Amino acid sequence: MTAPTPDKPQASLAFVLLLSVLVVATCGLIYELLAGTLASYLLGDSVTQFSTVIGAYLFAMGVGSWLSRYVKGDELSIFVRVEVLIALLGGWSAAALFLLFPLVSDFRLALYGLVLAIGAMVGLEIPLLIRILQHRFAFRELVSNVLTFDYVGALVASVLFPLLLVPQLGLIRTGFVFGLANISVAIALLLILPRSRRNAADLAAALLVTASLIAGLFLAERLQRWSEVAFYQEPVIYARSTPYQRMVLTRRSGDIRLYLNGNLQFSSRDEYRYHEALVWPVLGRVANPAQVLVLGGGDGLAAREILRDRRVQRVTLVDLDPEMTRLFRDTPQLAALNGHALASPRVSVHNADAFRWVKEARGQYDAVIVDFPDPTEFSLGKLYTEHFYREVARLLAPGGVMTVQSTSPLIAPRSFWTVATTLEAAGLSARGYHAYVPSFGEWGFTMAAHGAIPPLAALPPGLRFLTPQSEPLLYQFPPDMARRPTPVNRLDNQALVRSFAEEWGPYEG
Amino acid sequence: MKADRRGVLAGGSALAAAALLPPGCASSPPFPGALSGPDMARGHRLRDGRFPAPDGPAEERVGIAIAGGGIAGLAAGWRLLEAGFTDWVLYELEDEAGGNARSGRNAVSAYPLGAHYLPVPNREARALHQMLDQFGMVTGRDAAGAPRFDPTQLCADLEERLLWRGKWQEGLYPAAGLSADDQRQRDRFFAEMAHFRTLTGADGRPAFASPMAYSSRDPALIALDRQSFAAWLAQQGYTSPPLLAHLRYASRDDYGSELDAISAWAGLHYFAARRGWAADGQGDSELTWPEGNGRLAALLRNSVKGHIRTASPVFAARADGAGAVLDRWDQQAGRAIRTRADLAVLAMPHFVARRIAPALGAAPAFSYSPWVVANVTVNRLPRGPGVPLAWDNVSAGSESLGYVVATHQTSSAGNGPSVLTWYLPLSRETPKAARELLQSRSLSEWQGIVRNDLLTMNPDLDGAIDRIDLWRWGHAMIRPTPGFLNDPARRAAQSLKPPLLLAHSDLSGLSLFEEAHYRGVAAAEAALRALGHSFTSLL
Ligand SMILES: Cc1cc2nc3c(=O)[nH]c(=O)nc-3n(C[C@H](O)[C@H](O)[C@H](O)COP(=O)(O)OP(=O)(O)OC[C@H]3O[C@@H](n4cnc5c(N)ncnc54)[C@H](O)[C@@H]3O)c2cc1C
Repeated sequence: MTAPTPDKPQASLAFVLLLSVLVVATCGLIYELLAGTLASYLLGDSVTQFSTVIGAYLFAMGVGSWLSRYVKGDELSIFVRVEVLIALLGGWSAAALFLLFPLVSDFRLALYGLVLAIGAMVGLEIPLLIRILQHRFAFRELVSNVLTFDYVGALVASVLFPLLLVPQLGLIRTGFVFGLANISVAIALLLILPRSRRNAADLAAALLVTASLIAGLFLAERLQRWSEVAFYQEPVIYARSTPYQRMVLTRRSGDIRLYLNGNLQFSSRDEYRYHEALVWPVLGRVANPAQVLVLGGGDGLAAREILRDRRVQRVTLVDLDPEMTRLFRDTPQLAALNGHALASPRVSVHNADAFRWVKEARGQYDAVIVDFPDPTEFSLGKLYTEHFYREVARLLAPGGVMTVQSTSPLIAPRSFWTVATTLEAAGLSARGYHAYVPSFGEWGFTMAAHGAIPPLAALPPGLRFLTPQSEPLLYQFPPDMARRPTPVNRLDNQALVRSFAEEWGPYEG
Repeated sequence: MKADRRGVLAGGSALAAAALLPPGCASSPPFPGALSGPDMARGHRLRDGRFPAPDGPAEERVGIAIAGGGIAGLAAGWRLLEAGFTDWVLYELEDEAGGNARSGRNAVSAYPLGAHYLPVPNREARALHQMLDQFGMVTGRDAAGAPRFDPTQLCADLEERLLWRGKWQEGLYPAAGLSADDQRQRDRFFAEMAHFRTLTGADGRPAFASPMAYSSRDPALIALDRQSFAAWLAQQGYTSPPLLAHLRYASRDDYGSELDAISAWAGLHYFAARRGWAADGQGDSELTWPEGNGRLAALLRNSVKGHIRTASPVFAARADGAGAVLDRWDQQAGRAIRTRADLAVLAMPHFVARRIAPALGAAPAFSYSPWVVANVTVNRLPRGPGVPLAWDNVSAGSESLGYVVATHQTSSAGNGPSVLTWYLPLSRETPKAARELLQSRSLSEWQGIVRNDLLTMNPDLDGAIDRIDLWRWGHAMIRPTPGFLNDPARRAAQSLKPPLLLAHSDLSGLSLFEEAHYRGVAAAEAALRALGHSFTSLL
């Protein structure tokens, strides 16, 4: 074994090395801050997240320093490799964590794995640098120089991070920018080294990592969009893809929100407005709502309202997605929202495609609540067609009343009134109404019955939104939401999906 | 300009051909599935004349014997029963009647094996309208008497999408990246077709009608039959590559043939004959079902129950005195049986009819394009950039015609398992070479081709394919080659006199449900007339 030749760095190399202490120290702290911020953002409870991430990170640095004793050979080229690796891991860390969060089953494992890996690498840096520089400086000077640059770097990082980086660049871009800083140290060292000690593979690896970081920087915008976590304004507490949809639950200070395929379904703050408006104008008009059919509404919130009516003997709830009804039945926090409606013996849940279910279904229902996601796709659009309403009408008892969630009459007035036109084409009489739900805006429903729509008989006491005095106001439409002529939505024209896309398009950008 | 167009077409098809090459040995593992098609053993035995003649005199006597249970044969039987004539039997070679309109089924869905839709028929297709009404497909009528079709049996929106320049768009005509000249030519072409659609000939009949027998015989229009569609297009100055690619798609979709293999009359018929008669703007729509025209075949079979004898290839037919004699092979009994009928209707492809009834003459055979149909069972629905899944999904860059989705009408789930029916007419080669190709490829080779083509269109289907079943149609579609309208052999076949009559879409030269139905009804009415049975014509 040949002993490695001790480094005799030229002046420029020494200077670059000291400068690199500053850079790597800054980068190291930035990665730590990124991980801590991300963890508290994604997992909530910032004090715990920050202190465990920082603890894990410092511990891993200790491990790295300890491991440095086993590093033998050409210290400078090993240092370069460590830099390349840190640049890759640290640079991509924020993007990777965002992207991974909804995908992996145990996010903590991914988070701490990454924190430990980066920490250990960063822990290697300073001992290696000290060894490289030991021939250039006296020991006293060396320790002073290195630690000074190290702490200055920490200060730079901790000031830049909250004041400039997060607000200006965002977490994902910040990661890439500092990855690039890391990699430029590696490249600078490789270029200064005499040709004989330069390893072509190292240079190639460094250039590849540079390219990936630059690409990441430019794609950050898109990564942000892919990473749905960044898409939601609130911390995500649950995310899952079922065969039918992407379910995401978020929570911010007690407000739980459900998104299906990125579309808000409810906010626990104001859903009572939506669900009271969905249910009570109907139940308040039916003489004896013994049998109630709910199509959609797998969150159980409409069922909760319906169950408050003691006259109701049975609620038949048809929702496509078993995962949805299971989640809202078995998760304590969510079941609390719907008052454990889905576990009630008065509720029977059918997980089926409502389009097929109504075709086979027999029986008569005194009230039908149709609460489907907005007609954003042709498949969903079928649930708003004349044909579908004819099938539902067949299930609606004489004297029964139904209602249909009908999107926003303010943003999409043509779409909103298309529902009424279509219900009428199916032989029913229809009447639009609307309510203000802060998290949705102005929202619309369409009531329908076989004959004339009966007057409101009564509302139960204790509703938070509707009273017999305020209910009639729901039916008043100012000119910007007023009824207008629309086509009938049919299976073979899907007029609603088309007008919905036109009317909502400008709002979604 | 010319070189340009050829460049684009050739470039596109080189790519397409590459996509359709069988994958190398190191390809993915083959999928479960079967390689099937019309019964080859019976077909070859027929071709080679290897059925023994029945011994002894005729064992059966019947008023009318129909040989062949495709749509034409079934429609003939349906027409006979409509007229109250019950003394008839239908012999079918296969184990099930339906012909090219047969269907399959698995745990996920029913699916077509061949024909998959029927455009809302024109008003002149009276017999067909009556049948659809009888089959419960009409839910009402508007003030003018136009039928209102059951919406669940019409193709649901979105009907068609095209993968064009990496993105799915609505409709089958490229919408983006057209030059000013492309747009001009497109607009000129469709304006010209709109003109032909309303044009009437000197004889007062529509220039192009469906069924085609109602079309004008005006010599100026018939003259269009003398040249190929490709030649006509060139003559009219249609050179736009996207336009020609679209027309090629149409020609392969309806006739299984290239633009230079079909007559201009047939090419124009595709675009100018449709005037669907229905209420509520349904006239432009198609009737379709998960099992495609298998639904119509099943309803027809059901309406003539008790008259069909399956697994009974007819291998000889001749006039005998005032009546007809048919020899058939009874697969179940394992012997030949002779039937004497007052009249026989041969409702089989013309190349078979000529073989079993030498009296029809040895005129040069009609020519047929071979097709491959794959039913691909997937555990989730395809997606892709741009507009979402449609019923019919076509890629501008592929040699296949894309796929239709069996569950398109029946589900609102937006996902879940389904069956995709994938179509490929082998139109590039001569029919003979194509049939050899059809036979030479193994199940796993075809599966590889289908898989590669599907994954090129929909990379998102990777891992979603559960099985691929192949169906080979050796003589799938009659080709309306230039001159077919006035082809003496076809004229002779159309005007055959009792006791032997013909009924098949081949007589129209257009392989379409409306044509098969018309030919069946026409033969039945000719038979009733010959037998002196009174009826009111539906034609
Ligand atoms: C892949 C494919 C896709 C198609 N898609 C469409 C479509 O979407 N829409 C459309 O309108 N058309 C379509 N077609 C055209 C289709 O051929 C016609 O619509 C129609 O089904 C033809 O009916 P036919 O009765 O004329 O002929 P065939 O279907 O050919 O029927 C002939 C019958 O005779 C039987 N037979 C043959 N020889 C004998 C014998 N010796 N003895 C007894 N029986 C015999 C055969 O088994 C068969 O059942 C398609 C065809 C194919 C192959």
